[in-house]
Amino acid sequence: MSIIVITILALCAIGVTAAIILYFVAQKFKVYEDPRIDEVEEVLPAANCGGCGYPGCRGFAEALVKADDISKMNCPVGGATVMSQVASILGHEISAAEPTVAVVRCNGTCENRPKTNQYDGAASCTIAATLYSGETGCQYGCLGLGECVEACNFDAMYMDKETGLPVIIEDKCVSCGACVKACPNNIIELRNKGPKSRRIFVSCVNKDKGAVAKKACDVACIGCGKCVKECPFGAITLENNLAYIDYTKCKLCRKCVVVCPTHAIHELNFPPRKEKPADKPSAEAKAEEAPKAKPTANDETTENK
Amino acid sequence: MLKTFSLGGIHPAGNKLSASSAIQVLPIPEIVSIPISQHIGAPATPVVKKNDEVKVGQLIAKSSGFVSANIHSSVSGTVFKVDDIMDSSGFRRTAIIIKVDGDEWLETIDRSETLVTEISASKEEIIAKIAEAGIVGLGGATFPAHVKLSVPPGKTAEVLIINAVECEPYLTSDHRVMLEKGDEVLVGTQILMKALGVNKAIIGIENNKPDAIAHLTKLAVNYQGIEICPLKTQYPQGGEKQLISATIKREIPSGALPIEVGAVVQNVGSAFAVYEAVQKNKPLFERIATITGKSLKNPSNWRFRIGTPVKDLIDAAGGLPEDTGKIIGGGPMMGKALTTVEVPLTKGSSGLLLLPREEALRKESKPCIRCGKCVSACPMGLEPFLLMVLADKKEYERLENNAVMDCMECGSCSFTCPANRPLLDYIRMGKGKVGQIMRSRK
Repeated sequence: MSIIVITILALCAIGVTAAIILYFVAQKFKVYEDPRIDEVEEVLPAANCGGCGYPGCRGFAEALVKADDISKMNCPVGGATVMSQVASILGHEISAAEPTVAVVRCNGTCENRPKTNQYDGAASCTIAATLYSGETGCQYGCLGLGECVEACNFDAMYMDKETGLPVIIEDKCVSCGACVKACPNNIIELRNKGPKSRRIFVSCVNKDKGAVAKKACDVACIGCGKCVKECPFGAITLENNLAYIDYTKCKLCRKCVVVCPTHAIHELNFPPRKEKPADKPSAEAKAEEAPKAKPTANDETTENK
Repeated sequence: MLKTFSLGGIHPAGNKLSASSAIQVLPIPEIVSIPISQHIGAPATPVVKKNDEVKVGQLIAKSSGFVSANIHSSVSGTVFKVDDIMDSSGFRRTAIIIKVDGDEWLETIDRSETLVTEISASKEEIIAKIAEAGIVGLGGATFPAHVKLSVPPGKTAEVLIINAVECEPYLTSDHRVMLEKGDEVLVGTQILMKALGVNKAIIGIENNKPDAIAHLTKLAVNYQGIEICPLKTQYPQGGEKQLISATIKREIPSGALPIEVGAVVQNVGSAFAVYEAVQKNKPLFERIATITGKSLKNPSNWRFRIGTPVKDLIDAAGGLPEDTGKIIGGGPMMGKALTTVEVPLTKGSSGLLLLPREEALRKESKPCIRCGKCVSACPMGLEPFLLMVLADKKEYERLENNAVMDCMECGSCSFTCPANRPLLDYIRMGKGKVGQIMRSRK
């Protein structure tokens, strides 16, 4: 009987001593953690995509709490809503960052850009890019092996079997930039989402001279500079035979779209044009417009058609 | 028991279809495109412009650094333009395009066939002449020859090794050079020995070329210090480290150059080019290459002017066979498929292989069965199956720790894999990424 009593007492004594030691150790080695980190992490989307440039949402939360100025920091997934919540927790004031979205700057479909050879290596864009210029005459465009789609953590991309090009599902794209990093040819760019998702961009990255580019692909930017002259806002620059539209300056007037002789400039989510088909280029632009209007209605935007 | 290297290796079928075909001279085309980057290192700088008249052997692009090489006109005529043309991998690179008019050589070049055995040039003069002539490693790697001959301070060369292994299946151009230009090769070897200040040279030849071994052994009696070393046929014996291991039984540490063990390796074709440059004053503007393939009408060896379109060589050998699935520049193991036949032949074109369709395409890749064949085949003692996975998973630090940079891309692993896994593709990609990381660290 007494053995049981002794055992219980001994165990209690050990328990109490250990508790006391643990209490003091915990006091001594206490790590102070800003309680706001947890609060901030709570409002972040927990996607852990790394789109902000930090290792996951916790890492971003820590950085936010530490930072003096959070106006340059942005959570691409949560966007302005989340950032304003974060700002109110931290007592900062921020101006809402413009939401961006990934854009595929290549329209080299099987029709527009005929294949000149057959790739027979491992199915990876990076590997193909280290080996050679790709299956078509264009050395800059999409290699079509879908490394960007694999990189997307949000199911926001797929390869269109008909065109052989990646398609971004705008509603799902959080603009984390994983696809931008994955693409060895740098054809994907994060661009301003624009009002009502209306955007204009040059869907080509070919830096070859006009004749060479046009030979490789029907819809290549040939660097003619017509759009540069047409743009009333000076938003378009021409470098290395390639036009680029600065989305911070673009006012979406769509004048460049009409003058582009190869239809390399794309407009997205605009209502169909009403003007009369006066001259040839605008008539063609209209013809191209028709299929574009459809996906908008379906609430799903295809970038490349 | 014949010598060979100690680690790994494979035995692909030889298929030396063109071994008995004597070297023929390819007609000069109407127009040549001479790329300014035909070597490892910085591209040369063009020194001619549109409408300039050039003669055969005239300098048209100047070496732009220590690791770079001069480029000479291979024809006489007028410079049509200096423009970007498509290279063998489909990228646009600058080339000098010359319209041919006649065949007028520079007067300084000795065009006679007489053998000049006496070496009058001094050590420095030889290296200067080799650099001037734009000679690069003609085995296919195209590393500028004068760089290898300039032994860094603190190191001494003990032995010159001439790479006459030609371990790539199908190719026979080196074989023919040895048979037809044996004396020239041996004089070239002596010139290289003088340039390095060594009194011993070893010419390594695989025993699938018994006639070349016999021929050179007979001739070598007249030349001091040259030893012919027959080697057991095994791929990739033509790799520098493998050849050194096979001939002088020395192992080069990871990341080091052959000079670390006192050896300098030069290709047999380069030795011939050195002979022509030093004794005949002839810069490197033509070379010898094999065109071969099982369905090709006439597998043969040709001496061509650099800048000749690939198409001309194919036509000369009987035209493109119907069933061609792939045209490979170089041999089947390390060569690269061409995207078009319009590309020019360059200093590095050691051969052209036309593979029939059924042999050309890769088979379906299946999961790794951990058989370890790639590990036993790897001549560098690496673990290709592991490197592939690491490259795929972007584990670049572990790739570096597993000595991925030692890989010389011989393709033995992919060749031997029973599951047809594209091991080398991934390893090459990993090498590129690790190389970038290492450079950015500096």
